[in-house]
Amino acid sequence: MDKYECQICGYVYDPEVGDPDNNVAPGTAFESLPADWVCPTCGAAKEDFKKI
Amino acid sequence: MGKKEIKPNIYWVGGVDWDIRNFHGYLTQRGTTYNAYLILDEKIVLVDTVKHYLFEEMLARIREIIDPTKIDYIVSNHVEMDHSGSILKILEYATNAKVITSTQGEKGLLRHYKKDLNFQVVNSGDTLNIGKRTLHFVHTPMVHWPDNMVTYIPEDKLLLPNDAFGQHIACSERFDDEIGLEILKEEAAKYYANIVLPYGDQVKKALEALSGLEIDMIGPSHGIIWRSLIPNILEEYTKWANHKTENKALIVYDSMWESTKKMAYKLKEGLEDAGIYVTIRSLKTNHISDVMTDVISTKMILIGSPTLNNGMLPSMGAFLTYLKGLRPRNRIGFAFGSYGWGGQAVGDIEEIMKELKWELPVQCTKIKFIPDEDELANVKKIGCELGKLIKV
Repeated sequence: MDKYECQICGYVYDPEVGDPDNNVAPGTAFESLPADWVCPTCGAAKEDFKKI
Repeated sequence: MGKKEIKPNIYWVGGVDWDIRNFHGYLTQRGTTYNAYLILDEKIVLVDTVKHYLFEEMLARIREIIDPTKIDYIVSNHVEMDHSGSILKILEYATNAKVITSTQGEKGLLRHYKKDLNFQVVNSGDTLNIGKRTLHFVHTPMVHWPDNMVTYIPEDKLLLPNDAFGQHIACSERFDDEIGLEILKEEAAKYYANIVLPYGDQVKKALEALSGLEIDMIGPSHGIIWRSLIPNILEEYTKWANHKTENKALIVYDSMWESTKKMAYKLKEGLEDAGIYVTIRSLKTNHISDVMTDVISTKMILIGSPTLNNGMLPSMGAFLTYLKGLRPRNRIGFAFGSYGWGGQAVGDIEEIMKELKWELPVQCTKIKFIPDEDELANVKKIGCELGKLIKV
């Protein structure tokens, strides 16, 4: 599973960690995140992320 | 002491920093202010504070109005220390005050001050009734930090947007119409170009979120308060957020033995022949934060550096690092420079322009050692060609 970086603030979504603060379990692929998921640091939308 | 009632029972109680000339690397030739606002209602609210060394000034202004121990809430719209820097000190007086901030604001303030400040965390859209008024909080992340939020008071049609719409200018006037549009436009542009520019999309979202609100006064955290020129500043912000520019050219260069300089001036001649206004900025005499003010309004950016030790001049490296971070979009670029051997600088400049997704319609130009007359005539021709492309 790939990591994705927020192009606005630099936050990296790591699927192994997920986004526990927002109820995203570890092991969730970026592609499987809900469409309305936003960057937990800056609020940017999913389309503002780039695969790294 | 200069407190100022800006609306009935709402006061400006900020601090004026007459002497600051370098604000974390941004030249502030006119100084600046840190604006804090005191709202008197059934509850007493202080919106933002000032840089730590102006605390006494803010405190004196507050004391002219009320006893500072009576403050019930301190709103921290933004964590950065020029606004949060006096929170700890004011809390020594207002010992029961709650600090209202965003989720990211709480995290940021904890990292800055290492203690629980009696936080009351608000989500975007939350409100707080303080008597006759209800404060509305809207998160505006990345305008220009993750924690940013704005405070809106509908009863007074007053928006307190922290850094958005700010300008670095020290003065005892508090309102836009007391200074005049031209100076304010220049300082607001410089502020946007150096602080807000990377976050155009976020600014657009913030402008959208604010568009439905009735506003007749905007009190930013730096500079003057907007009341007469609100449509003008909103128009400018919309233009900047959409990366709209004018059909003119900016040449930014540095030079070792004047060869790159000669190329810069020939490009200028060519561009002018094509009827284009040109600004030339040498990095020896211009600060990068001033050059950014030119970048924000200019469609075509020509950047020149000689090659030193297989790379560009350090001054150009610094400028391009800054430029890359500020991410101006929708520009036409052109790279040029002189070299002795290697000649890597021009290609390196072009790479950065590609990263910024600028259009590069004409191949970059480098000239070995000193350009001769034919070569300079050719550079002028390129300038003219580029000039014609701006207008297309």
